Amino acid sequence: MQTSTKVMAAGTAVKPMTVEAAEEIAAQDFASIVESHRPQIFRFLLASLRDVDLAETLTQECFLKAHRNWNSFRGDSSAMTWLMRIAINLQKDHWRNRRLQFWRHTQANAIGVDEASDWLPNGERSAEQQIVAREQVAQVWKAVDGLSARQRTVFLLRYVEDRELSEIAKATGLSEGTVKAHLSRALSRVRAELRGIR
Amino acid sequence: MSWRDKAAGEIDDPVLAGALENFKASVDAWSEFAYSQPRTAIWTARHTWRLAATWALGCMLAAGSLADGLYERHHREELARIAAMKAAEQKVALERRAAEQPAAAKIVTKRQPTAVKRAANENEDLLATVDSDVSRQVPAAMEPLAQMMVDNGTN
Repeated sequence: MQTSTKVMAAGTAVKPMTVEAAEEIAAQDFASIVESHRPQIFRFLLASLRDVDLAETLTQECFLKAHRNWNSFRGDSSAMTWLMRIAINLQKDHWRNRRLQFWRHTQANAIGVDEASDWLPNGERSAEQQIVAREQVAQVWKAVDGLSARQRTVFLLRYVEDRELSEIAKATGLSEGTVKAHLSRALSRVRAELRGIR
Repeated sequence: MSWRDKAAGEIDDPVLAGALENFKASVDAWSEFAYSQPRTAIWTARHTWRLAATWALGCMLAAGSLADGLYERHHREELARIAAMKAAEQKVALERRAAEQPAAAKIVTKRQPTAVKRAANENEDLLATVDSDVSRQVPAAMEPLAQMMVDNGTN
């Protein structure tokens, strides 16, 4: 049985740990990561693609890829940022592959803007407020639809996933300044849509 | 820092802030619902169906190509067999004709003198007949002249 020994700075050996035990701890760590971050990754992909099946598939692929590379994760950024980066790359790959498959409709299973805006928490709202909220959500979806892929990603990470600008910059591989610029353009588009201006 | 605080720092428009808040709530509600639904079976079924259809189509194409190839090969073999039969028949006919030709040539050479003589006699007879017929059928206007010729001949 292989053993690894942790040695303290003073040179005193601490309790030895087997490779199997280390792997088990790593597996437990990964399982807890999956449990805590899976819904967020799924939500981001769902908002990006508006396709439940595809979002589910890419979420699974994201965690599969993360599991394969779990040992190489150095912890420079948070696990969430790392996972989000994998998800963004998977999404890019998906669109690239779809473009090559020109005979398929690019959004075959994606639901429409109107259908997506049907989802609203009931809360304590009057019927009128519900209608207004639904209209607003539909307009935001319409604006998001018109954004470039990068603008959409930045917008969704900021206003759906509540990510900090620095986290978005790390996840997308952009500078914070570029992230701000994309956000500003995306917000202008949403504002224009809400005012009924094209 | 709450979402509202963050948005307030970036967004000065309350309508826009409210719309973004509603948007987030909508995506959250949809995502929570979709996430709680089991959909592995649906995904598998759809992909299985596609896979089965692709396989069936592939098998049909392969079987079609194979059948076409076999038919083509059979057709060519049949044509080759017919051509070989015709060639054999022609060869036999040529051989038979070649075998018959020397005998016919011998018969012709044996019978040649009598045949030539007979042909010459037949020609002479025919000319004599024609001559006498012509002479008999002299028009009435020429009758005195013919009579004179007969008289001269007799004289």
